[in-house]
Amino acid sequence: MEDGGWLLRFPELSRDALRAIKKSFDFGYRQFSRTYGEAIENVFEPLLQFLIWFEDFFTETPWMLIILGIATLAWLASRSWKLVIGIVVSFMLIGVFGMWEHTMQTMAMIVVCTILALIIGLPIGILMSRYDRAQSAIMPILDVMQTMPSFVYLIPVVMLLGIGRVPGLIAVIIYAVPPMIRLTNLGIRLVDKEVLEAADAFGASYWQRLTGVQIPLAMPNIMAGVNQTIMMALAMVVIASMIGVRGLGQPVLKAVTNQYFAVGLFNGLAIVALAIVFDRITQAYGRRLQEHTELR
Amino acid sequence: MTDNDDVLISVRNLCKIFGAKPQAMVPLVARGVSKDELLADHGHVLGLCDINLDVRRGTVFVIMGLSGSGKSTLIRHFNRIINPTTGSVEVAGKNILEFDATALRNFRRHDISMVFQRFGLLPHRTVIDNVSFGVTIQGVSEEKARERAMSWIERVGLSGFENYFPSQLSGGMQQRVGLARALATDAEILLMDEAFSSLDPLIRADMQDMLLSLQAELKKTIVFITHDLDEALKIGDDIAILRDGRMIQQGDAQQIVLNPIDDYVSSFVKDINRGRVVRVSTIMEAVSTNANGFTITADTLLEQALGELCDSEYDSACVVDADGKAVGAVNMQGVVDVITRRDCDEAAE
Repeated sequence: MEDGGWLLRFPELSRDALRAIKKSFDFGYRQFSRTYGEAIENVFEPLLQFLIWFEDFFTETPWMLIILGIATLAWLASRSWKLVIGIVVSFMLIGVFGMWEHTMQTMAMIVVCTILALIIGLPIGILMSRYDRAQSAIMPILDVMQTMPSFVYLIPVVMLLGIGRVPGLIAVIIYAVPPMIRLTNLGIRLVDKEVLEAADAFGASYWQRLTGVQIPLAMPNIMAGVNQTIMMALAMVVIASMIGVRGLGQPVLKAVTNQYFAVGLFNGLAIVALAIVFDRITQAYGRRLQEHTELR
Repeated sequence: MTDNDDVLISVRNLCKIFGAKPQAMVPLVARGVSKDELLADHGHVLGLCDINLDVRRGTVFVIMGLSGSGKSTLIRHFNRIINPTTGSVEVAGKNILEFDATALRNFRRHDISMVFQRFGLLPHRTVIDNVSFGVTIQGVSEEKARERAMSWIERVGLSGFENYFPSQLSGGMQQRVGLARALATDAEILLMDEAFSSLDPLIRADMQDMLLSLQAELKKTIVFITHDLDEALKIGDDIAILRDGRMIQQGDAQQIVLNPIDDYVSSFVKDINRGRVVRVSTIMEAVSTNANGFTITADTLLEQALGELCDSEYDSACVVDADGKAVGAVNMQGVVDVITRRDCDEAAE
């Protein structure tokens, strides 16, 4: 480079150096996935079985029982006939328009994702609420998880595990678990200091305090976390279908590539209907939890 | 009041300094650096300084001070929700600062309980589950705990409300729940942190009466925090006055009212109705002859003594102790002088 050129052009690394860095990075990761890919795949085998079990359960159970089950759940959570009727009607429409099976596959994915988000998110959120250091270490990771474009972390997941349901599920969870963690942490931190002091003054152990005071009082926030997790998982349905997750995402993807407007619209509306159903049920439950917990 | 003078809680040379390096500040405080200087020059807050006090078993010890005086900090040292920077806290002869986590938990479960200013109730639990909270933490079975809780709910007058949630009750009722919860653990020591301060005056008086009648029967050792001198005089066997983290006067109600140690205490005491605090025995002249046959017992309050004198045909009376033995004499003028503070005015002139 001639003298003074770096003033006008950013002094970037030479092409060769850049290529070498990228190459060694890619090579290293490929090496890693070749060596450990199979082992890691085996680790995730139970997850696949878990997902398949739920898929079978939702697709093989007679549709009437499924609707009855969801309607009962909605009633228990909200005690509102309006919500129950709305839910029954939307599932009827989904069935009439021939999207029942895909919808059930997506439901299975959402349920599994929510359960896993709870299993992963609750302990991490509790850890963050207990130690400020854990909070300041984990917060930026959550920020990255939520802002990194999902296609970017799909690449290493697919390199490692190939195309399939498990890599799709992992991508969905990476995207959907942060609100669960955040709101668990927040909920526990917002618990009234005097109530905690009372628990301490009566000699509650850490576990008694956590299960008897902190988690019950954080419940409305934790339910909001569950709600957010479900919404974000639904938002990932189409992207996840690109790497093999079955469900409503597949026909949408097909509609995009083939310009089938109607197919895209119907399936998109089915996703919206699912979102509204889950949202209303979890929110109503969260509200009912809060009924007595608000002190004057 | 009891005649049993043995000390249950004993605090010695207790200091609490808040800040980054409290230990480094100890020598400064010992040299007499003031609270303001410590904050301005060293960035540390002096919470409590050189506190010494003894709480007698079965009595009510009131710590009185305005906000910022350190009284809430002090009461939290008794169950080590706050640990002191230096000094010792002994309960029943054991230094509780040496307790490890398990011993401390057991101490809090069985020996000491607490009532909070803003109640500190569990909003998601019903009254009965709140009252049984401390009992279940002790490891008592759910069923037995509820049984015990139920009897305390009756004692504090909340029968019929056991399945209500705290948010459905008034402030006074919520604090009854708080009191029942503290009593249900059967702990000998009861800490009450401004327990009645957030209640309306009428309800506060009710709660004070209830506490006194429970105390007459239960004989707990109570440490009570308040910013209200009337409350302190009403329920305290011993009273300590705290200002800016230092204990400025300690004594029973009569000593505080009749001999305030400085202007600060005097300013509190000046509006107090002495007739309801001072007893005949304190102002009587020590003569043992019975002049006219009219007697008043030694522990009669001045207000009542004045009434008795007015109703009688005499203007003086012989003071007798509980056994009827003559121990002194008072006259109407003397009683009126003390109640109307003429004795202070004369001293001032």
